[in-house]
Amino acid sequence: MTMPLYVPPEQIIKDRSDFARRGVARGRPAVVISAADGVLLAAANVSRALKKLSEIYDRLAFAAVGKWSEFEALRVAGIRYADLRGYSYARTDVTGRGLAGAYAQTIAAAFTGDPKPLEIELAVAQVGATQESDAVFHVLFDGSVSDELPWAVLGGATQAGREAVAEGWRPGLTLPEAGRLARAALTGADDGPGDSQAGGVGADSRAGAGTPGGAGAEDGFEVGLLRRVASGRAFTRLQALP
Amino acid sequence: MTGLPASYFSPGNSFVEFLGRLEPGSAGAAVGARASHGAHATQPGAQADQPPAATTIVALKYKDGLIMAGDRRATIGHQIASREIEKVYPADSMTAIGLAGVAGLALQLVRLFQLELEHYEKIEGVGLSLSGKANRLAAIIRSQLDMAMKGLAVVPLLGGWDGAAPRLYAFDVTGGSYEERDYAAVGSGAVFAKGSLKKLRKPAAGPRAAIRTALTALNDAADDDAATAGVDQARDIYPVVARVDASGYRRVPDADLARALQAPGRAGGASS
Repeated sequence: MTMPLYVPPEQIIKDRSDFARRGVARGRPAVVISAADGVLLAAANVSRALKKLSEIYDRLAFAAVGKWSEFEALRVAGIRYADLRGYSYARTDVTGRGLAGAYAQTIAAAFTGDPKPLEIELAVAQVGATQESDAVFHVLFDGSVSDELPWAVLGGATQAGREAVAEGWRPGLTLPEAGRLARAALTGADDGPGDSQAGGVGADSRAGAGTPGGAGAEDGFEVGLLRRVASGRAFTRLQALP
Repeated sequence: MTGLPASYFSPGNSFVEFLGRLEPGSAGAAVGARASHGAHATQPGAQADQPPAATTIVALKYKDGLIMAGDRRATIGHQIASREIEKVYPADSMTAIGLAGVAGLALQLVRLFQLELEHYEKIEGVGLSLSGKANRLAAIIRSQLDMAMKGLAVVPLLGGWDGAAPRLYAFDVTGGSYEERDYAAVGSGAVFAKGSLKKLRKPAAGPRAAIRTALTALNDAADDDAATAGVDQARDIYPVVARVDASGYRRVPDADLARALQAPGRAGGASS
């Protein structure tokens, strides 16, 4: 009888993190930015059918990067979670915090328990009555979640984009300004080091991973907006960045 | 470590089917059991134990849209349970639903059906076609057949804009779905309302004439059916009148209804 080889937990976590981080970096980025008139969501995505952004509920929207099949399952589960909660209680009882928590638990369980971790990174955006009450929950491939920033840049090769948004964001940002920041974040990331991997192995399963380089990015934006409305469904899709 | 349950990841785009798949004991499973099997209500016994019932809904097409109207009365046996209940709702932005039958079940069914359409639209990225909506509604009604057999029936009318023309669907308690060509009515006063609609409706008329016809039909139903209210001008309570056309669902304001009733040469109904 052979003894199983001992692998320290630090090594397991590191291997799994490296694997997931590489997977996330292969896709193209997405960005969520809170602005005065609502929360802007944008993703570099050349596919018309395979979406990276989605409505979840009245005030909630979803953005994700990485492996489409994996985050699509989470998107549908999130819609079911929100609809069931709103049906059991009331529409106002559906919150981004609850959904982000459920996502974090699910992703964390897969990170340690499944044969391979999920190669995704996602954000749950919530629009409030005022910009101060907006929330952006950023969930990483290992289930760690953060909400301290009013914006999030998703994707592995997004350091330049992250810096651009961090520098340009301010309270009361107008929608066109947010659109410019989003463009900077998405195209800036295209020039990043991770882009050399775009279009590589597994590109066919990743929405928007088909065209490497920033040249075609102008046409390749998927844009959504959580409008700051008094009631009802806030999410709309836009044809282009504002 | 826990997360979203496995049933949340099963394939499908129907909220009603999702409710039916929930594990017993999980949050919302009780709601699911009620929605899909409807087995928890008590048997109707004496009059005092009866649930409130809502009555007449009428719908008719006009030149480029349709009008759906429901009176405001709910009854328990021979008593009036509510003078201001609403029985006509938007199912989504392009569709109106009106319900006759047991009020509690009807309101629950409206919530469930609204959510079913929204759920499908969010998951699929596009909304259901109008005939798809009618089929989904028929399946939901059919799932409540055991309730209907116990005397707790709910029967809807569905009217909407299918992209080119208005279409109108009537249903029976077994989930049968019937597309109606011109007009339809359900509820205890439907017989009288239909007679009125049959004689008064003019397919080429505009929306204002159609609204008058709908109000007249409700007043005619109220004239002969104790469970239907008609227009209550003394209390300023008007029926809920919805208009659906190419630009979607709109509720007609009470002020417009009052004006329609005052239009010269058009009596508000048999009673006025």
